[in-house]
Amino acid sequence: MDGKQKTLIEANTDISASGRKTRSIMPTFTRFSLYLILGLFCVYYLLPLYVMVVNSFKPLPEITSGGMVALPIDWTISAWQSAWSEAQIGVEATGLKPYFINSLLMAIPAVTITTLLGAVNGYVLTKWTFPGATLIFGLILFGCFIPFQAILIPMASVLGRMGIAGTLPGIIFVHVVYGISFSTLYFRNYYASFPTELVRAAQIDGASFFTIFWRIMLPSSGPIAVVCIIWLFTNIWNDFLFGASFSDFDSQPMTVALNNLVQTSTGVKEYNVHFAGAILAALPTLIVYIVAGRYFVRGLMSGSVKG
Amino acid sequence: MKNRNHIGVLDRLQFQLPKIVLSPSVAIIVIFVYGFILYTSYLSFTGSKMLPNFNWVGLQNYITLFRSRTWDTSVTNLAIFSVLYIGICCFIGLMLAILLDQKIRNEGFIRITYLYPMALSFIVTGVAWKWILDPGIGLEAVLQGWGWESFSFRWIKERDMAIYTIVIAAVWQTSGFVMATFLAGLRGIDNEMLRAAQLDGASTFAYYRRIVIPQLRPAFMSAFVVLAHMAIKSYDLVIALTGGGPGNATSMPATFMYSYTFTRNQMGIGAASAVMMLMTVAAIIVPYLWSELREKK
Repeated sequence: MDGKQKTLIEANTDISASGRKTRSIMPTFTRFSLYLILGLFCVYYLLPLYVMVVNSFKPLPEITSGGMVALPIDWTISAWQSAWSEAQIGVEATGLKPYFINSLLMAIPAVTITTLLGAVNGYVLTKWTFPGATLIFGLILFGCFIPFQAILIPMASVLGRMGIAGTLPGIIFVHVVYGISFSTLYFRNYYASFPTELVRAAQIDGASFFTIFWRIMLPSSGPIAVVCIIWLFTNIWNDFLFGASFSDFDSQPMTVALNNLVQTSTGVKEYNVHFAGAILAALPTLIVYIVAGRYFVRGLMSGSVKG
Repeated sequence: MKNRNHIGVLDRLQFQLPKIVLSPSVAIIVIFVYGFILYTSYLSFTGSKMLPNFNWVGLQNYITLFRSRTWDTSVTNLAIFSVLYIGICCFIGLMLAILLDQKIRNEGFIRITYLYPMALSFIVTGVAWKWILDPGIGLEAVLQGWGWESFSFRWIKERDMAIYTIVIAAVWQTSGFVMATFLAGLRGIDNEMLRAAQLDGASTFAYYRRIVIPQLRPAFMSAFVVLAHMAIKSYDLVIALTGGGPGNATSMPATFMYSYTFTRNQMGIGAASAVMMLMTVAAIIVPYLWSELREKK
């Protein structure tokens, strides 16, 4: 399994910690243009965020008169109020608030369950290997990459038969099912470099399977658990396809509600409300990213992507 | 005697415990990934409309699919999108990674700036770019407002150009991630090589082309695999940015599958399109996983 580890984990090296290793063989006089190019790309990546923030504080006429890039003349938070609690999304004018809560109620249990399952799976697959374990890991891994279109139809009818179609538990279930592959990948690769001798020694001392897991493996899993949680949270919070396919009006996640808000074709397009809503939808993952950005970087690189 | 037997059962249970613990996950994957794939494949050979049914129609759905103009558009769009998206992301990612690897001050800040779009949902990205690219209030209106009256940028409204606006937004979202992948690859290269190259008097360009880039092959591989399967699955961004329009000019296999299955009541054809998507992804992923898992032994 070293091969997998190399490509997916080699990237796992904390790139910020290795700043010392940077090389520079460029002559100093080119450094100005170097900073210029890097700066221009900063502008490119920041521009949409700037546009969103600035326009969410403007009254509508300021945007429609062609001032999208300008700072607001009349600062107002009315678009935020509207997006949060007044905008018409479903049948009633509830704003995005109930959907924001749905997303939280969906993401928190889904992330918790998936992370625990991944930890146990990773533990078994590295410390209690058996013939065919690599094959099983490969089978699980493929689940990271399948296009979800290939499972949408049967999933819809199975959720119906289980009686959880259109409910939050139904969506949580779907996210757990398709999150297992990722959490298992993370923990498997992380535990692979955990000294097996320690586990064997504990075993000889009479520690049971679960004792070893709770007392030895879990306490040393902090870094990978953080990576896994951030990764799953981002993906589940940002999911649109499952939310659009498997939720009813009262279980819709934030992304689906935001899309409904923006695509509504009746009436005046309230761009300022759309921008405020987009920031609200982005806020939880942005906060997580800013607070734990270093881990997020690692997470992005150590386990590919659930598109 | 009885006692010993009892211990034997417990021991055996203890011995089997790891497999028992693993089995729910394996069962879930077997049913909800592989079983579902089989079920969808089976449906693609049936005349399912609004609900699944089991009238075997052979290859009929695939024939209809390949004769469909919308599918044709979707596949062409996917090809254009994938080539540009993967190509541009890799180019920008590699370039930024090399530039950022030159002992840059504030590297941490710049890296966070390049990467944060990855934390956003494609729906948010779509909403932001939808209005930035909208001729009525976005770039066009802004530049005209600044006095460049003749400036015109209405790709998002043009049938032939709308697909490129999806490339713009998608590149914005993921090129930072590709940069991070390459940066990690660069940091893994031994500094000794640099010193050796400098002693040999190699130019910067030659150093990167001959020594560095060839060593980034694993980083290229992971970036390619990730980007390719994201491109094939891309759904959210299209829905948020153009809704597949104008007309169905930005239709992609993922949006095609969804609309045939859930809004046009042609589940059999929808299933057939899903199978085509799955096979495309599998053609890239299976060899990749195979080589990665095999190298170990």
